[in-house]
Amino acid sequence: MNIPVEYFLVLSTLLFFIGVYGFIVRKNLIGILMSIELVLNAVNINFVVFNRFLFPDKLEGFIYGLFVIIVAAAETAVAIAIIINVYRNMKNIDVNSIKELKN
Amino acid sequence: MDLFSANNIIFFLLATIILVFGFLSVTTTKILRAATYLFFVLFAIAGLYLFLSYEFLAAVQLSVYAGGIVVLFVFAILLVKNLGEETEKVSFQKKLVGGIAAFAGVVVTLITAFNYGFILNETADEAVESVNMQAVGNALMGVEKYQYLLPFEASSILLLACIIGSVVVAQKNKEEKR
Repeated sequence: MNIPVEYFLVLSTLLFFIGVYGFIVRKNLIGILMSIELVLNAVNINFVVFNRFLFPDKLEGFIYGLFVIIVAAAETAVAIAIIINVYRNMKNIDVNSIKELKN
Repeated sequence: MDLFSANNIIFFLLATIILVFGFLSVTTTKILRAATYLFFVLFAIAGLYLFLSYEFLAAVQLSVYAGGIVVLFVFAILLVKNLGEETEKVSFQKKLVGGIAAFAGVVVTLITAFNYGFILNETADEAVESVNMQAVGNALMGVEKYQYLLPFEASSILLLACIIGSVVVAQKNKEEKR
């Protein structure tokens, strides 16, 4: 492993802000959720890389990455259930046309 | 440092795949294509975990993200109307604002990261051995220091709550149908 740790940080930073850009630009609820997945994956890369390069005999970043994946799966399932419910009620999943919480 | 060593080629290939498909998945106008590009990104990130010799994490990434979440996305896209034809026109002003925000964030984060001065562990430079599965099991199934039984059990309760919650949220409202 002769790749400097900064290269991995550049990769995860760029991926994180690609996700942020998508979060700002997208109008579709599912597209916004995909951007959140990109952000979560960038953070996960950081956890794993710090674990590997700074503390290779410990497992803390590894376990954190595992729990981030678990929580992301749960979050996506609930968010998609909410999106389907929103679509059923308003026939639309554009964030600009969803203006009321109660229907 | 040899520029064309196997490590470098693998790393830059994976990084290129991640960045290019990540950018495509937030800029494409067809939402089903965005899900496909997201799948490629998650796959390449699993490859990155393999590259860092965390095999178990790569397997979890493949089975949960690529196998579960992307399928969930595709189902959700197919359940809502006008799939594939989603031509959401993004205004230039919004693109500009998003680009400036993202660029500023990249600059600030990279300056911080390069000035931090990480104290690297010397053993990391040697041949990387993969994580012993027994060590992972011991870390997940104990209550001592550096062991994580409590978050493990809490995540199982979280998953149960999410199953119940998503069923309740997504089921059809019976009073409305009458």
